[in-house]
Parts: sequence; structure tokens; C-alpha cells
Amino acid sequence: MVFLLAMSIWLVTAISVWLLIDAKGQMPVAISDLARSIDSQFMFTLVITGVVFVLAQGLLGWFILKYRDRPGARARFVEGNTTVEIGGAVVIGIIFVGLAVAAQNVWARLHLNEGPADQVVVEITGEQFAWNIRYPGPDGQFGRTLPELYDATNNPMGIVPDDPAGQDDIVVLNTLAVPVNRPVELRLGSKDVLHGFFMPVLRIKQDTVPGMRIPLRFVAEETGNYEIACAELCGLGHYRMRGFLQVMEEPEFRSWLVEQAAQ
Amino acid sequence: MSTVHEHAAHVHVPPDNFMARWVFSKDHKVIGIQYWCLALAAVLVGMVLSLIIRAQLAFPTHNFELLSKIFPNGVAGGAIAPEFYLSMVTMHGTIMVFFVLTTAPMGGFGNYMLPIQIGARDMAFPTLNMLSFWVTFAGFLVIMAAFFVEGGAPLGGWTAYPPLSALGVIASPGQGTGMNLWIVSIAIFCVGSLLGALNFIATTLGLRTKGMSLMRMPLTVWAWFTTAVLALLSFPVLLGAGILLLLDRNAGTSFFIPGGLVVAGEQIDHRGGSPILWQHLFWFFGHPEVYIAILPGMGATSHILATFARKPVFGYRAMVFAIFAIGLLGFFVWGHHMFVSGMSPYTGLAFSLVTLAIGVPSAIKTINWLGTLWGGRIRPTTAMLWSLGFVSLFVSGGLGGIFLGQNAVDLYLHDTYFVVGHFHLIMGVAAIFGMFAATYYWFPKMFGRLLNEKMGKLHFILTFIGVNLIFIPMHGLGMIGHPRRYYDGSLYQFLGGTDGLHTLITWAAFFTVTAQLVFLINLVWGWSKGERAPDNPWDSTSLEWATTSPPPFENFEGDEPEVHHGPYEYSLPGSARDYVMQTDAPSRAPAQGG
Repeated sequence: MVFLLAMSIWLVTAISVWLLIDAKGQMPVAISDLARSIDSQFMFTLVITGVVFVLAQGLLGWFILKYRDRPGARARFVEGNTTVEIGGAVVIGIIFVGLAVAAQNVWARLHLNEGPADQVVVEITGEQFAWNIRYPGPDGQFGRTLPELYDATNNPMGIVPDDPAGQDDIVVLNTLAVPVNRPVELRLGSKDVLHGFFMPVLRIKQDTVPGMRIPLRFVAEETGNYEIACAELCGLGHYRMRGFLQVMEEPEFRSWLVEQAAQ
Repeated sequence: MSTVHEHAAHVHVPPDNFMARWVFSKDHKVIGIQYWCLALAAVLVGMVLSLIIRAQLAFPTHNFELLSKIFPNGVAGGAIAPEFYLSMVTMHGTIMVFFVLTTAPMGGFGNYMLPIQIGARDMAFPTLNMLSFWVTFAGFLVIMAAFFVEGGAPLGGWTAYPPLSALGVIASPGQGTGMNLWIVSIAIFCVGSLLGALNFIATTLGLRTKGMSLMRMPLTVWAWFTTAVLALLSFPVLLGAGILLLLDRNAGTSFFIPGGLVVAGEQIDHRGGSPILWQHLFWFFGHPEVYIAILPGMGATSHILATFARKPVFGYRAMVFAIFAIGLLGFFVWGHHMFVSGMSPYTGLAFSLVTLAIGVPSAIKTINWLGTLWGGRIRPTTAMLWSLGFVSLFVSGGLGGIFLGQNAVDLYLHDTYFVVGHFHLIMGVAAIFGMFAATYYWFPKMFGRLLNEKMGKLHFILTFIGVNLIFIPMHGLGMIGHPRRYYDGSLYQFLGGTDGLHTLITWAAFFTVTAQLVFLINLVWGWSKGERAPDNPWDSTSLEWATTSPPPFENFEGDEPEVHHGPYEYSLPGSARDYVMQTDAPSRAPAQGG
């Protein structure tokens, strides 16, 4: 039985390593500098925890075999070893807390910087089960909105009709188009319950919270059509709250906006 | 330091009528078994729910005929509806976290073994103890009722985030009566757990027998004691939050509901509340809850590893401090569940660093478990195998936390299957492995009969392989970006490659659940036909093995035992046997504790 257990532990360890390496290859493409930084922090963590994982499981299996009950032998009477205990804790502590410290660089780049003045600003408002995506239009100003004016077909964002800033606002459903290589700031909110705005290719997600506008910034560096998913349970249609992230060349983006404004 | 002899004076007599002895019992041993049976019933329900979840994920087009007969609305025509799927997810999580992972380790084994292991005749407050069980049982009946009310069980997840949980049926089916019952059930559960926690703390501090100094307590007792402190400090917060949520739903208050909401085209007449407030309150409870589930398993594992490696626990003192450090740090990391919630990014930074610091006491535990095995003579009993399995799962599950605890990495992995795989490994199956270890180890003491070791080992190896095949691949799904709580992922191109993993996980789940039949058979067989257990079948040292199997009404015949030794004096040089019981006559130089 001890053989079987030791083998199982080692087998599980080997399969785990293989599985995670395989899954690494299946991750969506990363289309921003920040996404690649998150990936490399992830890889860094994977390698370090991988070493600890293989070491700990390997030792466990080895001890199970080596110290199995055998005739004549008596267990060593050892009550502990301060050097091993403190040394182990300090080394592990430095590695783990060091990882967390390293992660703060990426975190700060995402959350603690203001965007540049010429960034593209888009307002995203979740509702059961769709994403309302609003562009400020040529004036660069969002019009005021009122919940009592929500109208699914004519005025999904409840823009106040007599606010001049709102006249040129563009509202689209489920498609977030952005120009490539330009800083974008999303302002996330919700009409009803929590949702989670998740862009796998950018490796970021942010809950949308009713009553709040939460900024989320990124620079997409590869054109293409990607998916947006809802990451926070929002009701029975949670799984089908799908959106699209279209990264376009600047001129294409401009004409797309004009096209949407016309509709 | 605590020679409490006074309580021996008020000897209570065993009640002679059936109801008082076995149903509304004040005997901690009976109450422990009641809790354990409740957990067993709950875990069977929880497992069935998990199979429904897994069946939907792997075979979405299958016609579930049997299920449609039980739930004609949720599974109309044999097709599982999205809201039904989510209510299964919600109820699986709720039942498992509260009624299995909190009741079995703490209410079950803690109740039975803690008083005996410290040489007490019962808990400090036997009536309170009885109440805590029956209150918890009432909570279980209420949560079960949620399946059968109009609209069915709630679907907002076991975390019940508002506004989804606060708005009623307009937000989704199941959020009406079902959600009210959910909150009431959890509130009742909180009260029961609070009563239990008070009792555990008072008993540990006040009723230790002569010679049972704090540093002579088995690590199991340290774990239950710390767990009780965590429960005492965290359950009131959940109870308060639950009451506020109930008021929001039924009394028109707005603690968690902000103004200006429009749900399903209807304006909601609430203003001024904060959905994020609920998350803070919930996780202030929720993170310590993880340790409430797993600390007793850690205690049992330390205890059992020492017993069957025939060695003292490596670094007993460090283990005690590590339990405390984990418990203490556990109160300062709740924000790592909220990195993407919208709270201040500076807060996220602080929570990330503290979270990774929990790696230190966790590493001490792991190093010391390996140290306990080092140079030992491992007896591969069933209990030992489960404890070894616990260590393996603790390592696998714990390391997943190193990813998720980093706010930057969590940006991608949050709310994906990576999280599901991680917390199932650590607070789900590792904790359960601790409880299986405890069951195989203490069954002879509790029921006076031995379980079948062959069946036990078969049960172990099948389960060990099964759970790894379920939960390790989930980390892979998470890496691909698969969000959790998805009824169907096939709408998404980026999840195109995940079908194979889902199918594998589902088959592994069915395999693992089937393997539990071996356990149930073993239980019934052991209980009715098992070999009679001697007082100390495992050559163990702690006090429960110094009394009969099962122990008499007041735990010890005659006077309370007197303790002269530390809890883990195995293979002491110079002693005739390879273990020294805590009650053995004092040696000239006590090797440990004092």
C-alpha cells in the first residue's frame, strides 16, 4: 500500500505539471503589454510554485517509502529542529512575500496611474444580460443620464434629451470597438446587479457595481475581434452575457463610430 | 496550571429515557455523533448536487428523465434550465461549506474528542451544547426546504452577493422565498455555531484535568480551540450581515442596495446602500471560515502522523504557533476575495502582501509534517493514508493560493475555474481527507468496533486519485480563462478547447462519488459486524485511548485521569514500549512540555 500511495503521489504530481503546462499553451493570446506582464508574473509564479510542489510531493512520496515500517527498526526520537523550522519558514516567507511584492508593479501600472489626456473614454454599463457601451461622440462629453428614462429600444442608457452633451453620444450593445495602440479608459457601471467585465486577451477583469463608476485602462496592441465575458454571477443568463472587443486601426475606428452614430 | 476538580462534584447521571439519552442528549459524545451524522447526510445531498452540476457541464444535451420527475419545473422535459443549474451550484456550496465542512470537523469530532482529550467529563455547558446541535439541525431543515418552495432554491451562489440577492424574484427565479429561507437558515446556523464556539472555548480553558497544561494538549485540541475562537469572532459578522440583507429584502431598508437601479425594466425604490459593504462583511466571516473548515483537519493530521510514524510531532511548539498565526492572519486577508470588486487599489495592495504572508505558517506546518515522517516507522493504517493524502492535497491546494493571492495575477484568474479548483482542493477535499482520517482513527473509540482496513484503504486510494483528477484539471480550465458558474461555456470561442477537460472532470466526479459507496458499506459493516476494538488499538498516547471503547457516560471510570506527559511521546529512548501514554506514571525527566 505504501508503494501504491507513493507512486500515486508522484503520478499525480507528474500529471499536474503536464496538465498545467498544456493549459498554458491553450491560454488566449495576450494583446497588451500589461497582459504580457501578467502572463510573465503568472509564469514566474508557476515555475516557483512548481519547484516547491515537486519538491514537497516528491519528498512526501520518498519519506513514505523510505520510512515505511520495517522489522527491527525503531523510529528516531526527534522533537524538532529549530534551524530547519525557522530556516524553512524564512526562506518560504521571502519567496512568497517577494512574489507578492513583484506583483505590485503590474498592479500599480493598471490601477495607480492616470490615463493621458488624449485617451479614448468609453462608458460600459452592464445589465441583465447585456453590455451597454457608450461613446461620448465628437464633443468628448457624456450626456447626463436618468434611470427613469431607460428605454430598451430608443434610449437604453436613459440619456437626458435636453442635455447638449448627450446629443451626440453613441450607444451600442455588446460591441466595444477601440483603436489599436491607443490608451483607452473604460468607466464601468451597472444598471441592476453586479457583473464582471472580463477581457481574456487583456488578462483583466473588473466587477461592475451599480452606483459606482470604476475606471479600467488598457492599450490593445493587436487588431482583431476578441471576446468579452461576464465574470460575476448576475442571474440565470450569466453564461450568455457575451460581448466583443474589436481592436481596429485608427481610421477604421473613426468610420465605425460615424457608422454607429448614424444608426 | 489548571487543576479543575470542582466539576467532578456535580456528577450528572445518565438519563434513562430514550429521548433524553439519544435525541435531546446533553452528552457531548452523543451530540458529537449527531453532528457527524448530520454532516454525513448533508455531504450526501451535496455530492448529488455536484453530480447534477457536472452532468450538465459535460452532457448539456442529455435527457435527464429521472431528474425531471423530481424537479418538473427546473428540469422541464429532461433539460436542465440555467436557473436550476445555478441553484444547484448555490445549494451545493452552501450545504457543503456550512453543514459539512463546519459541522463535521468542529461539531462532530470536536464535540466528541475535545473533552476526552483534556480529561473532562463533558463540555462546560451541556445544555448549550444540546441547543447548538438542534439549532444547527433546524438550520439544515430550513435550507432543505428551499428546494421545494415556489421558484426553487436561490441561484446567487453561496456568497449571496447583493443586489442579486437583495432584490427578490424580479432579479432571477429562486431569489424570492428560496433566498429568504437561505438567509434564515444561515442566520440560524450562525447562532448554533456561536453557542458551540463558546462551549469549546470555556471547556478548553476551564475543564482541563490535572497536569493537562496548555502545552501538553494534543494539536487536535489546539486546532479546535483556535477554530472556536475564529467562529466566535466571525459568525456574528455574518449573522449581522444576514439580518441586514433580510431587512433589505423584506422591510424596505437599503443597506446593500444603491439608488437608481432598474431591474427587468422596473425601477427599484431603494437608495443609499453599498453592494460592496456586503462583500466586506461576508468575507470577514468567509475567510476565517476557510480555516474553521481546515484547522481541525490539520490538527487531526498532525496527531495521526505522529501516532503512525511512531514519532513525536516535529516542532510541537512551532505547530501551536503556526495554528495561531494562521488563525490570526486569517482575519486580515478577506480583501483578497475582492481584488476586482471595485474597492480601492491601495487596499488590494495591502491585502495581497498579508495574504502571501500566510504562506509562512502554512510552510511551517508542511515542513513539520514532513519532519514528523522523517526517520519514522510508518504504519500504513487507513487513518495514516488519509493523513498523508491530506498533506499532499494541502500542498497542491495551498500553492494555488500563491497565484490567487497576488492581486495582479488574480486580475486574470479571479472568478475562473482556477479558483474553484484551488478552494475545493484545500477547504473541500483536504478538509474532508482530515475528517476521513479522523473517522478511521476514532471510529473504534466512538463505536467500540474497528472499521475494515482493506475496504478503508481501497476507499482511500480511489478517492485520492479521483479528487486529483477532478480538481487539478480545473486549474487548467481557469488558465484558459473559463469563468465559474457558467451553465454552458460553448458560446465562447476562447473556451472551445475545454470540452475534453470538462468531460474528464465529470467522469472523475462520478468515479469519486461511486467510490464513497465503499465507505458507506464499511460504516454499516463496521458498526454492526466490525471486530471489537480494544481500548487503545493504535498504541496512541492521548487521553481518549486511556478509557474504554466507547467511553463510559462520564468518559472515565473512577477519578479523572492525571496527566504526566506531553501528547506525543513516541519512541522515547529508554522506554519499554514505543509510546508513553499521557497518563503513564511520571518519568524522571519529562521529555516534552510541562
